[in-house]
This record gives sequence, C-alpha cells and structure tokens, in this order.
Amino acid sequence: MRLADLLTASFLALLGGVVVFDAARLGIGWGTDGPQSGFFPFWLGVLMIAACAVILLQAARGAAGRAFVTRRQLGPVLKVLWPAVALVVLTQWLGLYVAAALYTGFYMRWIGRHSWLAVLAVAVLFPLATFFVFEKWFLVPMPKGPLEAWLGQ
Amino acid sequence: MGIENLILGFHVAITPYNLFVAVIGITLGTIIGVLPGLGGANGVAILLPLTFTMPPTSAIILLTSLYWGALFGGAITSVLFNIPGEPWSVATTFDGYPLARQGLGGQALTAAFTSSFVGAFFSIVLITFFAPLLAEIALKFGPPEFFAIQLLTFSSFVGLGGGNPIKSLVSILLGFILAAVGLDIVTGQLRMTFGFVDLMKGFDFIVAVIGLFGIGEILLTVEEGLSFRSARTGMNLRIVLDTWKILPRYWRTFVRGSFIGFWMGFKPGGATPASFMSYAFAKRFSKHPERFGQGELEGVVAPETAAHAAGVAAMLPMLTLGIPGSPTAAVMLGGLIIWGLQPGPLLFKERPEFVWGLIASMYTGNIIGVLMVLAFVPFFAAILRIPFAILTPVIVVVCAVGSYAVHNTMIDIWYMVIFGVVGYVFKKLDYPLAPLVLALVLGDLAENALRQSLIMSQGSLAIFVTRPIAGAITAVALLFFALPVLTPWWRRLHGPVVPGRSVS
Repeated sequence: MRLADLLTASFLALLGGVVVFDAARLGIGWGTDGPQSGFFPFWLGVLMIAACAVILLQAARGAAGRAFVTRRQLGPVLKVLWPAVALVVLTQWLGLYVAAALYTGFYMRWIGRHSWLAVLAVAVLFPLATFFVFEKWFLVPMPKGPLEAWLGQ
Repeated sequence: MGIENLILGFHVAITPYNLFVAVIGITLGTIIGVLPGLGGANGVAILLPLTFTMPPTSAIILLTSLYWGALFGGAITSVLFNIPGEPWSVATTFDGYPLARQGLGGQALTAAFTSSFVGAFFSIVLITFFAPLLAEIALKFGPPEFFAIQLLTFSSFVGLGGGNPIKSLVSILLGFILAAVGLDIVTGQLRMTFGFVDLMKGFDFIVAVIGLFGIGEILLTVEEGLSFRSARTGMNLRIVLDTWKILPRYWRTFVRGSFIGFWMGFKPGGATPASFMSYAFAKRFSKHPERFGQGELEGVVAPETAAHAAGVAAMLPMLTLGIPGSPTAAVMLGGLIIWGLQPGPLLFKERPEFVWGLIASMYTGNIIGVLMVLAFVPFFAAILRIPFAILTPVIVVVCAVGSYAVHNTMIDIWYMVIFGVVGYVFKKLDYPLAPLVLALVLGDLAENALRQSLIMSQGSLAIFVTRPIAGAITAVALLFFALPVLTPWWRRLHGPVVPGRSVS
C-alpha cells in the first residue's frame, strides 16, 4: 500500500510540475485585459506539488501496511481489464458492433463456460439490439468497420 | 407566488409524453442502480448523449427519473445482496441485509422504498419553497460571490468529507487541471496540449464519470472473485400493506432523517454523512439500541430517509446557483449547458417552464417510482441473477458506447479505460472521486468567476473578503479548509471528547 501511495503521489507531483512548466510558457501574470492563460493552472500546479509533498511525507513516515493488491485479487481484476482493452483495440479496426459481439462471446465462453448456443445467441442479439437502439432509434452513430461497410450501412 | 408556478410545472410534467419519459427513466434507473458498477452518476452520463435531440424539459425529466430509479435500485442491492451500490447505501445494509437473511427482505424493502419516498418528498416540498427565494438572492450575486460559493463547495469536501483532507485536495486539483486542458476560451490560447491534436478538446467529464465510477467500480468489485452473490425475496401486496401499518410508529425517525438529510444534502458530498448520522441518531434515541445491526426495521428507515432527502436536496444548489451538490447533479448540470441552458438563478426568470416542469416532475417521478419499485422488485432483483460472464461484457460495452457517443471520437473510449484504472487506484488509496468530477465540471466556471473577479478588482484578492456576501462565504470556506488542522488541535485543548458534540 505504501509503495503504491508513494508512486501515485510522485506521479501526481510530476504532473503538477508539467502543469507549472506549461503555465510558465503561457504567462502566469497580468496580461493586457486580466490574468493570463497560465495564471490559474500555475497555482493549481503549485498547490498540487505541495499537497503531493505532504502525502509523500505522510506515506514515507507511515507503516507499509497491507499490500495494495494481492496476487489473488489481481487475477480477476486483470481478467476484466485486458479483455476490455482488447474490446477498444478491436473497436478501432472492426467497429463497435463486431467488436462487442466478439468480446461478449469470448468472455461468456472463457469465464462463464456457457454453451456455444447461449454464446452465439447473446453475442449476436446484444450488439444487434445496441445497433437498433443507438443507430436507428436515437440516431447516435457508433464506430463502424468493414462488416457494416459491406452491409451498406 | 410559488403555487401558480408549480401548477404551471405540473402542466408540463403531466403530459403523456413526459409521464412516459419518467416511467422509462425510472425503469432504466432502477436497473442501473441494481447493476454493479453502474450507479446514478454513470447512468445519467451514459444516457446524456441520447437526450441531445429531446426537448430540454423532457430530457431533464428523463435524467432525474433515472436518478430516482437508481436511488431506489441501490436499496434493492443493499438489502438483498449486501452490496451498497452507492456510498450512502452503506448504512442501509447494516440492518437491511440481516432482515433479508431472516426472510424479512420484503418488509425491509418496503420500509426502504417508503422511507426513500418520504425523505425525497420532504426535500422536494422544501425545494419548491426555497428554490425561488434562493434564486432571487442569487440574482444579486456577481463573479466574486460565485467564486466564493465554489470555494465553499470544495472546502466542504476537504473539511467535512472525512478521509484524508490532503487527498481530497489533490482530487480537486486534478479535476481542475484536467478541466483546464485544451482551448482557453478567454485568450484563445492552447493549454497543456503539448502539440497533441487529441488533447485540444480537453477531457469530458462524462467520459471521466463513466470511467471512474463505471469501469473502476467493476474492477474493485471483482477483486473478491468473478461473481455476484444473490438472495431471494418474497414480496407481495400483503407484505407491503402490513409493513405500512408498522411504519407510522417510526414517525420521529422519518422527521429527523428528513431534516438531517436536507440540511446535509444541499452541501456537496452530504448524502453519505447524512445517512450515517441519521442511523446513529435513530440508534441513540431508540428504546432497543442493541437490536440495531441485528435486523431492526428502524435501522433501514433512518439512513434511507436521510440519504434520499439529501439526494434530492443536492438539486437545490444546482438549480438556483448552478453549482451541483453531488456527482449526479454535476452531470445534469453539464447536460443543461449542452442543451443550451445557462444554469443559475436566471433560469428561473428565463425558462420558468423548464425549472417548474423539473420541480413538478420530482413529485410525479417519485410517486411513480415508489409504486413501480414496490410492484416490480422480483423483476429488478432477478437482474443480479444474470450470470457474471454475460453481465460484465454488457456493462463494459454500454460504458464504451456512452463514452463514444459524447463526441463521436475513439479517443474517448481510451480515456474511459484510463479513467477506469485511475478510479480503481484512487479508490484503493482513499482519494475521493466525487470532488474530482465536480472540479472537472466546474473548472471553467470557477476559473472564469476568478478571472472576472480579479478584473473587477484590478488583480487584488481582497475582493473576496471586502464584499459582504462574498466575504462571509469565503470566511466559512476558509474555516472548512482549516478544519482538518483545527480539529486535532481543538481536541488536544479540550480533552479527547467534546461533550454534547459527539454524534456517532
């Protein structure tokens, strides 16, 4: 827990540093007609660095405590996270609907060990329902890929 | 002066279309409230893009109904599954789940829904009368006053939020920093984009809400294994009526909970402390405090009444000042801006049909809501029996769709995943997420208020203390910021317990 705390605070302090650096470029003082663009971000960055310094001190003084995440906990978390990342990557190539079908089907088979019939039914019907609700009913377009292009959508 | 406006509002709220919208909103909201990983703020965020083409009044009715539904849905998971969907449902699980295990889940749910309804109704009545008054006062506010109120909003997270005050401060700062990324509309300069075109649009709070609360919450839930626990409920009209016969006995708890809820609720982050405070009071004044935690009906009534009174009260500052009291209210405020409405006191003058339609829809929405959840509990509870391996991908895909729909850009889905991981890490390290979201929504407004104030005063910060109203609000805000430092010092001065002040 302590290591994670130290890392997070260091990262946020670094972010504060980046903000201050950018604010300095924009000007942090008084322009011709009021505060310059960098004025507000500059003070945000300065406060951020100061607050993170306090957290770093608190964490460094405190005991290590329990682990941030145990090996037993990390397994299931990753089993949710990496397929979700895969969904986003696939969406970029294949469009949202095909990616959602593949993702849902894979997840049901891999984690749930559902029968192929159930997998097929959900993996086809769910993206289809999404398509009609968003694309047709509410007219909100989603990313589309080769399949939709082939179908003429 | 309030009554004819309210009647005008009911004319708007009781059109068949708007009633239909309310029913849809409550159904979806309850489903969202029951589903793990999806809560009020997130459900509203996901549906927001769908409302762009609707008339604003119907759109806000849809979103507020969704919110009421999510509040009711949270009670179902707390009582039947011991999963508090939202932080303010935690106190409900103390007695709700033991009741459900004793086979009294039906009674516990009836009590929870009824108390939610009573608490919400109380707050709505107060809003009806106070909102116009507050808006009238707020019309006289200038930029310094608005900035002072923003300061007060964020100081209450630091001073009253509980947890580590420095980490609350960091969350607020991070929200403001993310809000500042992109085009500075005042000077036309690009800030913190470092040459990346994708950063020019900045970060949208809707995507942040979906990632932080949606994906982050799922990651946190699955740590204990890839499944959701489930229990059964017996719920029928007989149980509802029998419970209603018992409930008037707890009228004191209802009244106390409503007042605590409203009072805590219109300050940001107030619902959670309100629910715990109401529970603690009920236990203290009860003749059988030892029964609390074992399955005492009053232990369900107390936190639910307060939490919902607070949840509704959070709408008051959003409507009158344009400053949301909760993450969900923050998302709705973002909606108002997208629909082309200027949130704040002027809304009462310029768009009375919108404001009063919304207030009237709070009455109708809550009445429809309580009847619907009472009737359809078994249906909503069945949602959690859908296997995990189907539910999880469905939730993730819905989150992705919601993120993409905001701006039709792929990068937003990536942001959602990143915000999900950030939400998971922050939750584990006790960085609160609500102030981050609020700061992200209010970032531009706060910065503009600060800039305009400084222009008015030629760069002197004294403007926040010399104007009487701004000065008073700033003073309270500074006191809140100082509370985490003052409290330990005060305790040391007066011994460990301050008599008469200790609540829990």
